[in-house]
Amino acid sequence: MAKVATREAYGKTLAKLVVEKDNVIVLDADLTKSTKTIEAKNARPEHHFNMGIAEGNMMSVAAGLAASNKVVYASSFAMFAAGRAFEQIRNSICYPKLNVKVCATHAGLTVGEDGASHQSVEDIALMRAIPNMKVFQPCDDIETAAIINAVYDIDGPCYVRLGRSGVERVNKEDYTFELGKGVILNKGEKVAIVATGMMVQEALGAKDLFKGNPTIVNMPTIKPIDTDLLIDLAKTHDVIVTVEEHSIIGGLGGAVVEALAEHNLCPIIRMGVNDTFGESGKPADLLKKYRLDSQAIANKVNTYL
Amino acid sequence: MVRMNLKEHATNVRKNIIDMVFAAQSGHPGGSLSGADIVTYLYFDEMNINKENASSNNRDRFVLSKGHASPLLYGILMEKEIISTDLIPTFRQVDSKLQGHPNMNYVEGVDMSTGSLGQGISCAVGMALANKVDNSPNRVYAMLGDGECEEGQVWEAAMAAAHYKLDNLCAVVDFNGLQIDGDITDVMNPTPIDEKFAAFGWNVVHIDGHDFDDIRRGFDEARNCKGKPTMILAKTTKGKCVSFMEGDYGWHGVAPNKEQYDAAMACLTGGNK
Repeated sequence: MAKVATREAYGKTLAKLVVEKDNVIVLDADLTKSTKTIEAKNARPEHHFNMGIAEGNMMSVAAGLAASNKVVYASSFAMFAAGRAFEQIRNSICYPKLNVKVCATHAGLTVGEDGASHQSVEDIALMRAIPNMKVFQPCDDIETAAIINAVYDIDGPCYVRLGRSGVERVNKEDYTFELGKGVILNKGEKVAIVATGMMVQEALGAKDLFKGNPTIVNMPTIKPIDTDLLIDLAKTHDVIVTVEEHSIIGGLGGAVVEALAEHNLCPIIRMGVNDTFGESGKPADLLKKYRLDSQAIANKVNTYL
Repeated sequence: MVRMNLKEHATNVRKNIIDMVFAAQSGHPGGSLSGADIVTYLYFDEMNINKENASSNNRDRFVLSKGHASPLLYGILMEKEIISTDLIPTFRQVDSKLQGHPNMNYVEGVDMSTGSLGQGISCAVGMALANKVDNSPNRVYAMLGDGECEEGQVWEAAMAAAHYKLDNLCAVVDFNGLQIDGDITDVMNPTPIDEKFAAFGWNVVHIDGHDFDDIRRGFDEARNCKGKPTMILAKTTKGKCVSFMEGDYGWHGVAPNKEQYDAAMACLTGGNK
């Protein structure tokens, strides 16, 4: 099956949702073809508004729409949604707990050739720190569709982190998304790999490289994090390894460490971007250089197997 | 007679403002007093808001983009009897609905949580856009500070409102000429605000923000303008009606002591001006 980027699944799902639900409004900041909200625009043009290259304004406009009974999907690149418009998301959207779903594409290093200015590796940390905000990162097209539909029913702000690059499908057609729950993809021993987004595929892709049989968990909800599952994993494994296409500060790894800090159960190794900026390059080359590909995951995990 | 009533209401709003800021020994009296006549007109003669429909959003709405003037917003909601004057001593205190900057989820009649300058006008754009989508006749009003116009987001919002032809949106700039650090033209000159809004595609109206006939003319012109949003540039006096606060930027965010409080109340009780 051909690889599909989560942003593409977002566009397709949103195009259906905007037709089905009369209160859905879609905002974009001059990136409709990249974020794929153009599909929603084509499906229902009178419910799609291009707000131009002005992300801060877009987020506050989204808040105003949400204060008028709309459910707003607002999209830009993760860098400019979570980064540039952080304070509008905090004060206009999250403080009044308004129904805005910030769906940010082009997250992480795999933006690729555009380089560091466009590679958001801090957005999970920023969004996770805001009260009332829930944070999600789907790993494939099936999970993206499930999450985009699920956040419609959540009362309050949500951040959905989406990628630019095509990824293989992990989930089956009948997959059901459970808010706040991790998904065990392989039940193994000694090491529990907890991955999010396309790092799930990188972890699964390392299967033949592992010297043993580590547990592999997909964590699509980063806030609220699945503390119960994490405690269970920590009790039944020697070590937890988190993997994310995000800074090791404040992302999935940060969330896992925080959740388990007071339990003192097992060591936690964080794999991610090591407090540095990215650079231009092909996505696969970047994952290799920044040691986030299957080989790097296997190398790290094998030391504990 | 109508004008006498508005003046009395505005005086009561000003008394509420002084009462709150004095009780809390904290808050922003200067810019609350300067906007009192405009907001009094809005709530008593222009907007279709009352105690019965206050908690609904199917009505005209008002966004206090200059959220630090919260005593003005709470003061008018008290004068409209939407919230009780019993709340006055709780302003800015722990467990209070009356936060330093307004929270829409705590106070009936507060249409948007504001305080971070530049964001309220964008929220008002979103509300006006929603009314267009819904073919609703309801109008959206926003009040900005003149110093607030130094925020870049104000101009992003101005661009968007004109682009989407939001003639159901009316923004008022409370042009009192002063911000925390001094005269707006000394700190970071945002003028000419009127010409800038006009250049962004807005209908611009000038009024005396303390003359109810002129305020009425401004909002009438805004309502009658089709195809573009209206900005009302309201010339006002910071600290209006409290003689020793008038025109003094030192009263932007400072509370009066007991002696000053008594003097302020004497000003307001004395002239009803």
